[in-house]
Amino acid sequence: MSGLDINAITKAFGNFIAVDNVRLNVPHGTFVCLLGPSGCGKTTLLRMIAGLEEPTSGAIVLDGEDITPLPTHKRNLGMVFQSLALFPHLSVGDNIAYALRIRGASKEEQKKRVDELLTLIHLPGFADRPVAKLSGGQRQRVAIARALALSPKLFLLDEPLSALDAKLREAMQVELRQLQQRLGITTIVVTHDQREAMTMADLVVVMGHGRILQAAPPIEIYRKPADAFVADFIGITNLLPAEVDSAGRTTILGTAIPGLAMPAGVTKASVSIRPEDVHLGEPGGRAITGQVTFVRDLGGTIETFVEVGSTSIIAVATPRERPNVSVGAKVGVTLPPESCVVLGS
Amino acid sequence: MTATFLRRLYFTIVALFLAAPLIVVAGVSVNARQELTFPPKGFSLAWYGQIFADPEWRLALIHSVTLAVCSAAIAVAIALPLAWFLWRRIAPWANIFQVLGLAPFILPPVITALGFLTFWATVGLFGQFFTAIISHAIFFVTLPLVTLSLGFASIDRSLVEAAATMGADDRTVLKTVVLPLILPYLVSGYAFAFVLSLNEYIVAYMTIGFTTETLPIKIFNALRYGYTPTMASVSVFFVAVAALVFGSIAKFGDIRRLLGAMSSEGN
Amino acid sequence: MRREAPKSFADYTPLLFPGVMLVVFFVVPFSTMIAVSFFKRNPAGFYTPDFVIDNYARFLTTFFAGVLGFSLMLAVLVAVCCVSIAFPFTYLLTKRSRRVQTLWLVGLLSVLSLSEVIIGFAWSTLFSQTAGITNLFVALGLMDKPVALLPTFGAVLAGMIYQALPYTILVLYPALVRLDPTLLEAARTLGASPVKAFFNVVTPALRNTIVATLIMVFVFALGSYLLPQILGRPRHWTLSVLITDQAIYQSNMPFAAAMAVFLVLISLALVGLTLLVGRRENAL
Repeated sequence: MSGLDINAITKAFGNFIAVDNVRLNVPHGTFVCLLGPSGCGKTTLLRMIAGLEEPTSGAIVLDGEDITPLPTHKRNLGMVFQSLALFPHLSVGDNIAYALRIRGASKEEQKKRVDELLTLIHLPGFADRPVAKLSGGQRQRVAIARALALSPKLFLLDEPLSALDAKLREAMQVELRQLQQRLGITTIVVTHDQREAMTMADLVVVMGHGRILQAAPPIEIYRKPADAFVADFIGITNLLPAEVDSAGRTTILGTAIPGLAMPAGVTKASVSIRPEDVHLGEPGGRAITGQVTFVRDLGGTIETFVEVGSTSIIAVATPRERPNVSVGAKVGVTLPPESCVVLGS
Repeated sequence: MTATFLRRLYFTIVALFLAAPLIVVAGVSVNARQELTFPPKGFSLAWYGQIFADPEWRLALIHSVTLAVCSAAIAVAIALPLAWFLWRRIAPWANIFQVLGLAPFILPPVITALGFLTFWATVGLFGQFFTAIISHAIFFVTLPLVTLSLGFASIDRSLVEAAATMGADDRTVLKTVVLPLILPYLVSGYAFAFVLSLNEYIVAYMTIGFTTETLPIKIFNALRYGYTPTMASVSVFFVAVAALVFGSIAKFGDIRRLLGAMSSEGN
Repeated sequence: MRREAPKSFADYTPLLFPGVMLVVFFVVPFSTMIAVSFFKRNPAGFYTPDFVIDNYARFLTTFFAGVLGFSLMLAVLVAVCCVSIAFPFTYLLTKRSRRVQTLWLVGLLSVLSLSEVIIGFAWSTLFSQTAGITNLFVALGLMDKPVALLPTFGAVLAGMIYQALPYTILVLYPALVRLDPTLLEAARTLGASPVKAFFNVVTPALRNTIVATLIMVFVFALGSYLLPQILGRPRHWTLSVLITDQAIYQSNMPFAAAMAVFLVLISLALVGLTLLVGRRENAL
């Protein structure tokens, strides 16, 4: 079987279960983002794939071979660390050539590969520079090139872009994705930044408390979150209480939403609706009536905070789509049923 | 500003206090004739030549340098694997060796010296030159142990992990990553032990003082049996060696870090 | 590489050489010394194995009590002088540029590494009649003729402060250099002058460091074995000098060993006290 199979992996540190019976199949050439808040077990999972932590139970299978008992240095993988871990005593070229050098590759071979990789990361001619003289983005690229020197089967990255400033980070996300597509290498990135995951991944794996909560393509995660935790973690969402009233209609905040069906047998649930799907209009009619409490005008979009009873709803729209309302105004909130996702408890 | 003036005055007084005896000794060392006067009468560098020309002083110099070179090397040889083990492994009981490595330096030197005296006398090797080498190595093992521990603590462990992901086994990691990174700390540890061994009197005296003269022993003996300006020139020579060694450490390493200016980001 | 517990015997091999060296050449000699402290003196050799407590009984003489009292008094005096000079000095030093700090540290290390023999010789020259500082006073017209300033108690004290001052500064340096500068800035914004802030903020914040340093310098000064001998009279001899004298010149190794054991106990008690103070500081 081609690709990476994570087979019922568990890691316990004393009484603390960091990774709890995780199963995941990563087909060859897939870009996976492990996404979750700090302490959710994503880094521990990555380190077990790398062999830097030993799983308490379970197996890691790469292309049909069980690599669980192999020490890190025999796994044929490339890894980029959060701190980048560039060797301060070596030049850029020697850092990139490290894996070749310790395998006894010839000087010409090393130089050829280093030049290739430096071209790949758009830093040609940097081989003789000391790593201390590089900028943050350059260091980032060198770390990536170094990890790719041996064309590994697996490319692992632990929060690789966290040290960069916001603008550079976004540029590097695009670059990293393009690089991965060109090389077709199976890649696993740990991140706590959902935007980063949305930008790069084929498959987003949301983790919480050591378990996988949902593993799906980014747009599906966004559109169809499996539960309240995922919905809340991926982007901004409105989590609203829904009830089935005596007439059998589904209501949100006391107002019936025709066309929104609850699963059979469920009378109470949470509904997630994205702010951009919430429509504001004149009060009355079928709309829920609320009062505007705050307006955040970001230029490109405007966020409107509406209070209905004790619940706050956020609506996002471009200035053209949005009615001109200010704080204190009464508005009607419309929730299109096709945009409402009823969440499992 | 008066505050600046007061500060400068304070620094100057401390500097003068520390320098005054050395200035006088330096002055005395260039007296033209064999007399103890300051300011010096005449000028001669002959007493510096004496360190190397006079057979007794030269022999003492050779003894001292041999002692310092060898004992500092053994001290590093003891400290390096110990510091590496303490960094690499989780073994709380092994910290007892760290305490043993620090103890000789913290206790009053007379005690360590007397310990060596009774020991070498008991095993019947008293007075042999190599006993002083071993004694100094143990006495000064603290210095490389401290610098190397600092050095290991300063290594980002992800560097070692990165090397492993690129296919390096433990031995290769040690050779290609750990040792190059630890080298400045190893050199400073050796240099500290070397300079202190060169200057050490009481341990050397209690182990080989009856049979062999090192420079400090020679100076002390000369002090008791009459004055010669060579004592002064040797003293200046010592100050110069120390300043040269510590100056080099400061130039090529980070002496402020070695002296604890940065908290080590260890585990 | 994670830190991990040793799994096999081979994982322990790095400990082998250091362990053997430290046990054979430190633990065993130290134990030998303790054993010898219960032996009998043998004027012809080193000692005769025995078990007597005579060596310890000799502590009960007024002579010994006098030496002990003087040693402790001298060490306390040196510690207090050194810390009072070094604390403000080190504080001011940490405020200077890196370059200035490095220069001073190199100088201080050079003085600290100097042999006690050389320090003794240098001060005996500085205080001598022919080459001493009094010649300068004569030249300045402050005195009529040069005099020798030793052997005196003052000379012993000056020499020992000289020896211990660089040590004191280097012990204080890490604590002061890491002191949070915003602490002082906060005091300044609240209207304290630099001097006031130093006494009201820096000094109390480092009270435990000061106490620990006092104890460390005290132990350091207790170890001085030559300066009282070179710069003072026999009545200025300390315990360390007496141990050297008994071991080498009086050939009474057992009595020297007994005194050494006693000195270890004092030192250990004080080092323990330092650790206790340090621990409380960390707990705060």
